Amino acid sequence: MSLFNIFNIAGSAMTAQAQRLNVVASNLANADSATGADGKPYRAKQVVFSTTPMGADGQGGAGVKVAAVVEDTAPMKLVYDPKHPMANAQGYVAMPNVNPVDEMVNMISASRSYQNNVDVMNTSKTLLLKTLTIGQ
Amino acid sequence: MSSRIDDALRFNQTALTLRAARQELIASNIANADTPNYKARDIDFASALQGALAGSSPRMAMAATADSHLNGGGQGVLGAPVMYRAAVQPSADGNTVDMDVERAQFADNALRYEASVKFISEDIKQVLTALQG
Repeated sequence: MSLFNIFNIAGSAMTAQAQRLNVVASNLANADSATGADGKPYRAKQVVFSTTPMGADGQGGAGVKVAAVVEDTAPMKLVYDPKHPMANAQGYVAMPNVNPVDEMVNMISASRSYQNNVDVMNTSKTLLLKTLTIGQ
Repeated sequence: MSSRIDDALRFNQTALTLRAARQELIASNIANADTPNYKARDIDFASALQGALAGSSPRMAMAATADSHLNGGGQGVLGAPVMYRAAVQPSADGNTVDMDVERAQFADNALRYEASVKFISEDIKQVLTALQG
């Protein structure tokens, strides 16, 4: 039934947006991590959303899934700090390519989209409950 | 077999089914508001309802002469063609979901769904009144 399917669709979008929020948190937390588990500076990560069919018969409804989490290919920020243990011969340290402004915008966008899908779910629940009162 | 009660309820039942299908489509649009290259979709409710009541699909069926042939019907809801919304402000990533439009249509469709539910309830009450005198 179509209305029950909305729970799957909005739910998939909420999962995807939550994962996006997770990646933003990871990026912001590691904005100053000059080294990671592989010995290299942290690279900003981004989620890639893709549409996935979710209709009962493969028609109509379409949900969201996170197709991939990709690393930002932007160049690292070079900071001049000769005393730093990770500094190169010229005295520059490669710092993560996290852009805090981008991340904050991403965070607001993800949380607004999440709220939208919560609203969609609540409306569908109300409609289903109303449907149950037919004939009463 | 169709009875008079079936006939009395058919219009609102069909309308309700179509409203639920449309609600699902708009929910998909809202869910995919951030998906690159997603195109917002919707159905033309008036022609979909007319088509469903007439029991005819607006599309021509393709002849299938082997089991592996696809029906060629494409995407459709109850025989109604699903169409792409004309984008007002298309974004650079190819997404055409306009959240203002989608939220407005979602609220509108939800209200009309509730109206259909109410109409069916009233139809049933009328039948009960006729039965009980």
